[in-house]
Amino acid sequence: MSTILLRHMVKHQRGTIVTINVTGELGRRIREMGLIPGTEIAICGRAPLNDPIALRLQDSTITLRNNEADHILVQVEP
Amino acid sequence: MQLKMALAGNPNAGKTTLFNQLTGARQHVGNYPGITVDHKEGRLSHGGETIIVTDLPGTYSMTAYSAEELVARDYLVNNRPQVVINIVDASNLERNLYLTCQLLELGVPLVVALNMVDVAESRGIEINSAALSRHLQVPVVPIVARSGLGTEALLDAAIAVARENRPWTPLTISYGDDLDAALAEMLAIISDRRFLADTYPPRYTAIKYLENDQQLVERGEKTDAEAARRLQMLVDKSTDHTRRTLDVYPEAIIADQRYGYIKSLLRQGVISRKYDADRLYTSDRIDKVLTNRLVGPLIMLAILFALYQFTFSWSEVPVSWLENGFSWLGDKVEEILPEGILRSLVISGVIDGVGGVLGFVPLIMFMFFGIAVLEDSGYLARVAFMMDRVFRIFGLHGSSVMPFIVSGGIAGGCAVPGVMATRTLRSPKERMATLLTVPFMNCGAKLPVLALLIGAFFSEDRAQYMFFFTMLAWLVAMLAAKLLRSTVLRGAPTPFVMELPPYRLPTVRGLLIHTWERTYQYIKKAGTVILGISILLWAMMTFPHLPDAEQAEFAAKRQAILAEAGAEIVALLDQQGDDLPVEAAAVRERLAAIDNDQAEAALRHSLAGTIGTAMEPVSRLAGFDWRTDIALLGGFAAKEVIVSTLGTAYSMGEVDVEESQSLSERLKADDNWNRVVAVAAMIFIMFYSPCFVTLVCIAKEASWKWAAFSMGFNTIFAFALAVAVYQLGMFFGLG
Repeated sequence: MSTILLRHMVKHQRGTIVTINVTGELGRRIREMGLIPGTEIAICGRAPLNDPIALRLQDSTITLRNNEADHILVQVEP
Repeated sequence: MQLKMALAGNPNAGKTTLFNQLTGARQHVGNYPGITVDHKEGRLSHGGETIIVTDLPGTYSMTAYSAEELVARDYLVNNRPQVVINIVDASNLERNLYLTCQLLELGVPLVVALNMVDVAESRGIEINSAALSRHLQVPVVPIVARSGLGTEALLDAAIAVARENRPWTPLTISYGDDLDAALAEMLAIISDRRFLADTYPPRYTAIKYLENDQQLVERGEKTDAEAARRLQMLVDKSTDHTRRTLDVYPEAIIADQRYGYIKSLLRQGVISRKYDADRLYTSDRIDKVLTNRLVGPLIMLAILFALYQFTFSWSEVPVSWLENGFSWLGDKVEEILPEGILRSLVISGVIDGVGGVLGFVPLIMFMFFGIAVLEDSGYLARVAFMMDRVFRIFGLHGSSVMPFIVSGGIAGGCAVPGVMATRTLRSPKERMATLLTVPFMNCGAKLPVLALLIGAFFSEDRAQYMFFFTMLAWLVAMLAAKLLRSTVLRGAPTPFVMELPPYRLPTVRGLLIHTWERTYQYIKKAGTVILGISILLWAMMTFPHLPDAEQAEFAAKRQAILAEAGAEIVALLDQQGDDLPVEAAAVRERLAAIDNDQAEAALRHSLAGTIGTAMEPVSRLAGFDWRTDIALLGGFAAKEVIVSTLGTAYSMGEVDVEESQSLSERLKADDNWNRVVAVAAMIFIMFYSPCFVTLVCIAKEASWKWAAFSMGFNTIFAFALAVAVYQLGMFFGLG
């Protein structure tokens, strides 16, 4: 088990969110979409220019930019 | 008595579908004052009650970050509806209940509409609505908003709740020992001083203080500064504590605890899943193709091109019906009214004005129908996803691409529907930057002007020049957006975090209602202003009239020609047709030349002419003479008017916009014109003030202040470019 930034995850990789280190509007937006510590996610893919990222949660697909994913730490299988 | 009912829910939860299902066509769309969030209201009768339904903007939570959220919250606390229907997506229950939680904490009388139970079932998700209702302590009614299944039962439940008329009873969620202790201390102050008590429940106020909710904090400071100060001290203390011990802010703890509350509730027999989470649904399979990194952008280009074709080619037929209708009307009026000011006012002011307003209607209808299909199906979110990286460079948003395409990103669009299409952007700064830069694109009205000048001075490489100017429009628009975003619209980008909703087949009813309400808003809100300005512009180009002495001079010249020609030929002149004898034709031509001279003199004498002439010393910097100035002033009415006004100013009589070869020959021969002037003029025309119809739409979508800014900024910007082109070009002797 290791923890990496969400930005560095690759397509189809899965993991569990450990921390979200951001406040204010961005923090609120991330949380209200259901991205909170403990949430299991999988990477669906990236946009043509490698940014933004699309994530699969249990029941929905969420997108966010790489620099927004930088605030999210994920525990992944090695 | 009428019942007040509000609909609240996440975007994509089917709120609008339910609203349409409940109210049908009996709805009214307006704007909340000062902001462009739709205020939708409809009425319905059920069980002998008349109910006024308000469709609140779709939000994921109730913070104070976006206009939508503020509107939703303010509506609830200020208007106090007797019942709130919270529509939740059954196939995405956990996330949707986050908003439900906040509604319950506010204490509003709630009924939960569990929507899309059919979709959830097909995904193997089974929800025990009775159990959910027991845990939330509010009625939960399973429905399918698309088909109307369950809506009767939903209304029954809502009316029952409304009739109870019980006081608001806020739900209490535990936020952990640390925060609960802080909340208790804050509650003591709030209850003691009745702080904001007439608007929010005490615990809600305390939670919002811990969440650092700007709107509520500001309001608190205004109403009771002393209590606000003491509360803020407690908030700071507890923030310090959680930062030190857990390295998180209270707002993160609050969100976690809310989700914790929802999770534990769902685990108590509310939800059961048949399949594992890895299953691919139809929507994911479609996305494998449509957002594929190689094929996705190509398909997107094809779809956007199709939308463009649909909007501008298919609407041609109704547009030409309207045009023919109005020109027929103009002809009729010409027959009935005697020549004079009244006739000129009715034809050039009123009929052309109304025609101008309604001429855009088919365009707007077709475009909003197309956009509604893309939006309701869920594809628009994918477009934003794919284009965001490119547009973000210029301070815009992935969703900006569509307004640009519609406005003339593919040459020949129109900025009026383009400006209106910026409604699909939910980020305020990015939206404003898009709205202010889409008029730079080459709309269909600029094309005849560009064609005229390219035809006159660069006839050998027409296609290349047209392509060059299309690319130039994109480049300039993007750079201008970047400039605006680093000056007047400076600010961090709005977070992109958003949902890619599952693909859904749009409902015909939803599409039609959507299209109609946009079109109606345009006619009602923009129409009257446009008509007024149209008459004003007509007056500027008409008054003051030529002095009687000069009019008499022209009349004398005409008389002289007629006298010279003799009675025989004059008699021939009244005949219709082209088969006149040579002498008569020559006389007719000389008469027409006098008419054209008089039209030129009249135009020069008018207010517009006076302004144009007065501007010449300045406009000379860019190589424009007074004739061009007047034409450019005319272009403010609509860019294609530049061609016809140039025609009048050059004594060419009426020039057909589509057939302007004669004018193009005339310009080529004129000393004031050369290739450098032509390029400077084209650049000025592409980028100067949007036509006033676009300006009125900008005013309606943003404010009159922004419309004035757009007019001034674009004109100065375009003039600077034109001067640079002209001066450099002449310096290097390219003329």
